[in-house]
Amino acid sequence: MTARINLLEKAPLLKTVLKSQGLQPALTILMLAGFVLAMLTGWFGTPVGSRNFGIVFVWIVWWGLLIIVLVPFLGRAWCMVCPIPALGEWLQRGSIIQRTSGRLRTRHRRWPRRFKNMWLQNIGFLILASFSTIILTRPNVSAWVLFGLMAAAVGLSLFFDNRVFCRYVCPVGGFIGLYAMMAPVELRVRDCRTCAQHRTKDCVTGNERGYGCPWMVFPGKLRRNTYCGLCMECLKTCPKDNITINLRPFGSDLFVMEEHRLDEAFKAFIMLSCALLYSAVLLGPWGWLKQWANIDTLAHWGVYVAALWGVNLLLVPGVFGVCVAVSRRISRLEVPLRQLFTDYAYACVPLGLAAWIAFSLSFVFVNGSYALPVISDPFGWGWNLFGTATQEWTPVLPGLVSFLQVGVLTIGLLFAVNTVYRITTHHITDRRRTFQAAMPLVLPLAGIALLFLWLYLG
Amino acid sequence: MKPIHFAGLAATLIVLLIFLPAPNDFKSGSRTVEVNMTQFEFEPGRIEVNQGDEVVFLLTSSDVVHGFYLDGYDVQQRIEPGIPHEIRFVADQSGKFRYRCSVTCGPLHPFMVGELVVEANMPFWRAAGLLFTLPVLFLWYLHQQERGHLHGKEETSFTPKARV
Repeated sequence: MTARINLLEKAPLLKTVLKSQGLQPALTILMLAGFVLAMLTGWFGTPVGSRNFGIVFVWIVWWGLLIIVLVPFLGRAWCMVCPIPALGEWLQRGSIIQRTSGRLRTRHRRWPRRFKNMWLQNIGFLILASFSTIILTRPNVSAWVLFGLMAAAVGLSLFFDNRVFCRYVCPVGGFIGLYAMMAPVELRVRDCRTCAQHRTKDCVTGNERGYGCPWMVFPGKLRRNTYCGLCMECLKTCPKDNITINLRPFGSDLFVMEEHRLDEAFKAFIMLSCALLYSAVLLGPWGWLKQWANIDTLAHWGVYVAALWGVNLLLVPGVFGVCVAVSRRISRLEVPLRQLFTDYAYACVPLGLAAWIAFSLSFVFVNGSYALPVISDPFGWGWNLFGTATQEWTPVLPGLVSFLQVGVLTIGLLFAVNTVYRITTHHITDRRRTFQAAMPLVLPLAGIALLFLWLYLG
Repeated sequence: MKPIHFAGLAATLIVLLIFLPAPNDFKSGSRTVEVNMTQFEFEPGRIEVNQGDEVVFLLTSSDVVHGFYLDGYDVQQRIEPGIPHEIRFVADQSGKFRYRCSVTCGPLHPFMVGELVVEANMPFWRAAGLLFTLPVLFLWYLHQQERGHLHGKEETSFTPKARV
């Protein structure tokens, strides 16, 4: 294992703050207030998206912060304060801050085994992506989507213990979990043997200081960030003081080979493909494509959706599969193709994250100034609460965006190449063949990066 | 290959690409382009000119009030239906510059964009050169490092799943 820096040892105050009972509820309530305002402005405010708090703050401010800052640097930190599952969780617990005794107040149904994976999240994301142009631009629709997510979270929390919605259903949580593998921060145990020998497993069952892990994760076996929501309950409950927050190299989780799964592999393809399609539809010059995504006619939208699902589930994974097969043949590996396909798909994680950052940079810089008038007049009713309502749209440093996009794509591609190479060396002992085996994977990844580059600069 | 060697090679590559000379066989002149705006597109959506061209945009709107903002050239104009406007500037910077609607015109307004490509668009070709060569160089570096590592000791830290 590469070197880690235990942040809780270096900054004891951080530990005190994170163990505080009130931290998560306080931040969540703050986010919930913004979330409720986003829904209210969506329903009752102006239908003009660029003048509506719900659209501007959710899809420019929140999205920009999430994908450019929070996910790459803090992993699932957003999940800690996400308001969507909050009501359901508080209902389960019968409390917001204080730890209540007894079991969670649910029907204690068992989540179906066949859905204990990311497939529901993959399908959910694709469904949202099919309507994304409408959701991103219509305040009313956007508000109903936010409400729907919250209703689904509350509904599931009535039947199933813990955060089943976040873990298996939330379309946002799926890709946050995937890209959290890249983050340089992790929650882990100090010593796995301590957990293995500990009989009561307070981090799972909970105790008077906190709840059992709402994400249904046993920290003693936690090796990746993907399913840890950073809620800090285990930090509160662990009587052995065995939980740490580490600083680590970016992308460390990509090489936990034993936990590579096909559902996550497809999540990686879906996210990469969607970043490409969104860049073409929303940032490209093709008006007809925008109209198709905007459901100008059902026939056009049908073709658009068929193309979107086809590219995501067939074309990109298919082309990648062919490249994996070529690599396998060249290196004369006897590892099953499916396993190689799944393993190598994790190289799409850094490139996909870089692509989403590059995509988001363009509209955050250019359209971020919409936030100023909206904060003074969230409903678009003519208010001027902070004196910024008349602020004109002003693109911020549009000339800088291209350079940032090139930098981000280059870094993402180099991480992807490193991932391919390390996965190759994991499978091949004859090091002379690793270069030839990796090349068929590196070339298509570079090709995809060039496609992004062409969309942004070409 | 040592990390310092790779860093040196990468830096050399970047410097070479930055100073890659642009082809100078482009003839600059005057280009007049009629651009019509409707919700939510520009027609034409992509315009290509040569660096040094004097560009004249004849802007019209055929439905609602739109705006015209050109990244990088600080050009902005409000366009009302039926009232054509002329914008004149010299395309002295090479690259791709988006023109955008700058007056809220409907739901997809923030995504109403077009592209002005000023040839030879060297920023694109330089970045493309970087994105294509750097990964191959990096892969070669990783390979060399691994081989150097192997010369040092027989076993690596990996436990291979399959042996060839």
